Amino acid sequence: MENDEDPDVKRKRHGMLKMYYGMEEDKPGSASLDPSDINGAHFKPNYFLSKLIKEKSLTELMDKENEMVKQIRALDSDMQTLVYENYNKFISATDTIRKMKNDFKKMEDEMDHLASNMAAITEFSARISDTLQDRRQQISKLSGVHSLLKKLQFLFELPARLKKCIEMKAYSQAVRYYTKARRVLHQYQHMPSFQGINEDCNSIIQELCQKLREQFKDKESSPKQLAECVDLLLQLNEPAEVLCEEFLAHARQKIDVDLSELDRQIRLQSGEPIHADVDKRPSEAIIPMDILEFVDSGCNGYLSNICLVIASYNDMFLNRQQDDENMDAMALRKLVSFVNDLMEQYFFYVQRRVQLEKETGDNTILVRALDRFHRRLQAMNKLLPDTDFSRAGTEIVSKAAKDRVAHYLQTLKQHFSDSLTDIRQSLASPKLIGKRGGPNLPDLLNTAETAILDQVKSVLSNVQAFIATDITFAMKPYFRGPFCTHDVREGLLVAFLQHINTVCQDFCEGSAEKGSVPPALLLILSRLCANFETQIITYLFSLTEEQFLLEERNSITSVSELCNQAKATAQKCLNHYVRVQGLAISQMLRKSVETRDWLNTIEPRNVRAVMKRVVEDITAIDSQVGQLYEEGVRKERSSDSSRRTHPYSLTNPQKRGPWNFTPSIDNSLMSNIQKLFSEKIEIFSAVEFSKVSVLTGIIKISLKTFMECVRLRTFGRYGLQQIQVDTHYLQLYLWKFVSDEK
Amino acid sequence: MEDEAPVIYGLEFQARALTAQVAETDQIRFLVATQSLRAENQVHHIDFDDENNVINKNVFLHREGEIWHLNSSSTDKDLLITCYNKTSESKTEMRAALWRLPSDFDGCPPDDQSSPQSLEHVCQLDSSDYGDIKCTLWHPTGDNNTLLGLADKHLLLWDFNTADSTAQLTSSTALESRGQPKMTCGQWNPHHNCTQVATANDTCIRGWDIRSMQQVYMIENAHGQLVRELDFNPNKQYFLVSCGDDCKVKFWDIRNVSEPLKTLTEHSHWVWSVRYNHFHDQLILTSSSDSRVILNNVVTLSSEPFGHLADSEEESDEEKEKEKPHNHPKDGVIATYEEHEDSVYAVSWSAADPWVFASLSYDGRLVINRVPRAEKYKILL
Repeated sequence: MENDEDPDVKRKRHGMLKMYYGMEEDKPGSASLDPSDINGAHFKPNYFLSKLIKEKSLTELMDKENEMVKQIRALDSDMQTLVYENYNKFISATDTIRKMKNDFKKMEDEMDHLASNMAAITEFSARISDTLQDRRQQISKLSGVHSLLKKLQFLFELPARLKKCIEMKAYSQAVRYYTKARRVLHQYQHMPSFQGINEDCNSIIQELCQKLREQFKDKESSPKQLAECVDLLLQLNEPAEVLCEEFLAHARQKIDVDLSELDRQIRLQSGEPIHADVDKRPSEAIIPMDILEFVDSGCNGYLSNICLVIASYNDMFLNRQQDDENMDAMALRKLVSFVNDLMEQYFFYVQRRVQLEKETGDNTILVRALDRFHRRLQAMNKLLPDTDFSRAGTEIVSKAAKDRVAHYLQTLKQHFSDSLTDIRQSLASPKLIGKRGGPNLPDLLNTAETAILDQVKSVLSNVQAFIATDITFAMKPYFRGPFCTHDVREGLLVAFLQHINTVCQDFCEGSAEKGSVPPALLLILSRLCANFETQIITYLFSLTEEQFLLEERNSITSVSELCNQAKATAQKCLNHYVRVQGLAISQMLRKSVETRDWLNTIEPRNVRAVMKRVVEDITAIDSQVGQLYEEGVRKERSSDSSRRTHPYSLTNPQKRGPWNFTPSIDNSLMSNIQKLFSEKIEIFSAVEFSKVSVLTGIIKISLKTFMECVRLRTFGRYGLQQIQVDTHYLQLYLWKFVSDEK
Repeated sequence: MEDEAPVIYGLEFQARALTAQVAETDQIRFLVATQSLRAENQVHHIDFDDENNVINKNVFLHREGEIWHLNSSSTDKDLLITCYNKTSESKTEMRAALWRLPSDFDGCPPDDQSSPQSLEHVCQLDSSDYGDIKCTLWHPTGDNNTLLGLADKHLLLWDFNTADSTAQLTSSTALESRGQPKMTCGQWNPHHNCTQVATANDTCIRGWDIRSMQQVYMIENAHGQLVRELDFNPNKQYFLVSCGDDCKVKFWDIRNVSEPLKTLTEHSHWVWSVRYNHFHDQLILTSSSDSRVILNNVVTLSSEPFGHLADSEEESDEEKEKEKPHNHPKDGVIATYEEHEDSVYAVSWSAADPWVFASLSYDGRLVINRVPRAEKYKILL
């Protein structure tokens, strides 16, 4: 129907329906462009019809027509259903709208009614408040008067109440009352009645203050009471500065007692006479405390008191809420100066006490005492963070440690000199008894060496107590570092070794005038220093470094330097030994040559006794040196025997020749003796650390002396012969001692 | 001029005695005396030509025994004293005699050695009552011709009369000490108008006042062993140097004799001789039987300590200021001379040239040396 009339409209409507039912235009590209598609958007009926007529046969056309008619009918019926449905819905919608309209109208009416009611209420309420207004003002006035009267009553009652409070010792309550009233009273001071009350109150409060102060000043009152007092007084506007001072002064009295006790102990320890205290506590006064007790009593008595004072002071003056910064600073300053002052005194006492402790041998107690002291100081430090007592404390500790080390050095030195005297005595004593071959030098050396080693070791282990792990101050780097390196290593070990060196060198240098040092001691010292150089120093240092966990640093004295010093000392001692022995023998030779009248001697029958004596002495020296020093390298040892006979046979005929000349100094004799020397030898020269070298040195010195003495004399025939005999004798016997032809 | 090299002169005999010819101040001259028992002893008169580095010598015979000590007059350059050993079959005696050099020796050609002249014997110094004379010394200034002699334990003084050539013993004194002390050496103190002498016996140094002939001071145990010689600082009062068998050279202040001021230990055997330089007393010469001669610089004890000269010569200030730091003189050994092969028993500065000295060793070798040039300039500038 409609299709035929207007394809455009129909298509439009078709599209709208499609939209309404949510159908998509499927394949718009292909379908739409085909004008022959009856369902397509671009359907052109004419074209479709002509196309159908052109293409189809009649039957087909008939079929098509039937089909189309069928389709059209179906479509028509569809459309009719749709239209009917829509119409129904539209009608129901219209019904609903109509119903709503009716409801709204009813509601409007009710609203109007409400508005009219509200207006009525407003009117009524305005009318009521109008009527009540006057009465309310009166009530509020009355209530104000009532409260004022109450306050006034409080004020009038105040003096009595305060009195009662004071009687009951409820000071805090009284202060609370007073503070409440104070402002008012102050304000209305000009009215006579109030003034009276004010005066009464003031006088009572004065009294209260007085009482509080009394309590405050009372020695026996507890810190808590004190704190309360101060608190109240502060509330009463007492000047804080004065209070601080009074408080501190009060605290000071107590602490001074502790300090004086400490002082008494120190005097006891140092043996000063004590006058006043003796009769008080005679039993205690006599026996001085040891250091641990001393520090304990110091810690418990003095330090805990001062801690208490600081804590309560903090509570009272510092930790409260106060607007006044100045006041705070002032209070703190006062406290700090107070504490510093006291601590200074305390430190002074402790230091003196610790110094007194120097003499005792065992230092574990000292260390423990120092540790305790140090710990307590750290606790103190926490209380008062602005000041640094631990530094001062550590200084005391390290000073004490230093003193100990110095003391130990002293004992070491003492011990060293003791062992030296021991050696001397044992060197001297066997000679008196007349035992064989003189004292046993290696034994002496060993005892001295082990004694020194043991002593150093024990001192080191003693000193180690200072850095034990359970000691707090030992862990502080600023104590530990300097203590280990400067005190122990440098102050103790290095100083001791250097002391040994200087003592040995003193023996070498100063002894020539005194002449009291036995040569054997020199020999032992020389060997001792040599041993130090080779083993002991390195051992000691490795021991120390191990025990004190030291690292090698540049600034400290190096081990090799000390070794060199020890070696130089050993050399010096040995040289001096050679010199002393050589001089002793040459003295003997010189005397023997000088005192004899060589022109008038008898024919030589034997070697002079002096020469025998010389050989004996040299043999003794040989055995002495041999005990301590190894043989050493003998040059061309194999040819020893041949050499021994060689000069003998060679010089003998020369010796005989000049017998004819009388009296003369025999040139060939000179050259004979001279043959014992090579040209330009060092007479007093340095020797090596070996027996042969030592003996060569000694013999060189004595032979040179012999020669010089012989030159100074004129000899007769027999004198000359005697000298020849002597020389030959010396040649025979000394040969075995010397290292080479020299 | 290569003046650093030493000049060596050999004697035929062993020799111990050496002295500078004190009265001769123009030429560098030394006298050396030999010590030989068999042959005739000689006194060699050595003239050292500084310009050409040449030695001229004159040999004079000394008819008496071996000469142990020699000293020349401080006024008359031809006069000298010897202490010599007179030996007989059974005993030896030490005597002293005054001699005069033959007057015309300067005219002789130096190399003419055909017939050495003898010394003219002037007079004998009589000491027979006192023992062996160890050494004799002329009065250092020569104001009066006083001679000092040391004989065993006696201190003897003679007055020498130039007119009739006689020596008269004027005074004597003796050591008082245990045993039989023998004086080993002595020295006039050139200060205090030469009224003091110092002597040494064994390890002890004594000072004497020759006006009263009393002992005035004593340094006990001055050396560990025998004191071999001593010398006074010519420019600084009270200062004395000594040497001895303990190989040490010690400086003393005779006002305080408890401790030596300084000790030198460079030698390795007995030190036989020590001598102050007469002009620059920081220069000390020592000789030892280790055959070495050592020239020391002891400026700290000299009369010219550092800085003193700089103050006095301000004209050359600027240069000096520059040189000061590296020029700072220090105590120490200036040089060690090792030309000798035997013990050096005597050493002496030249009387004429302050930079020349001679040393004599037992084998008869005389060595003439000079102070090193660098040191010389350091002292002069």
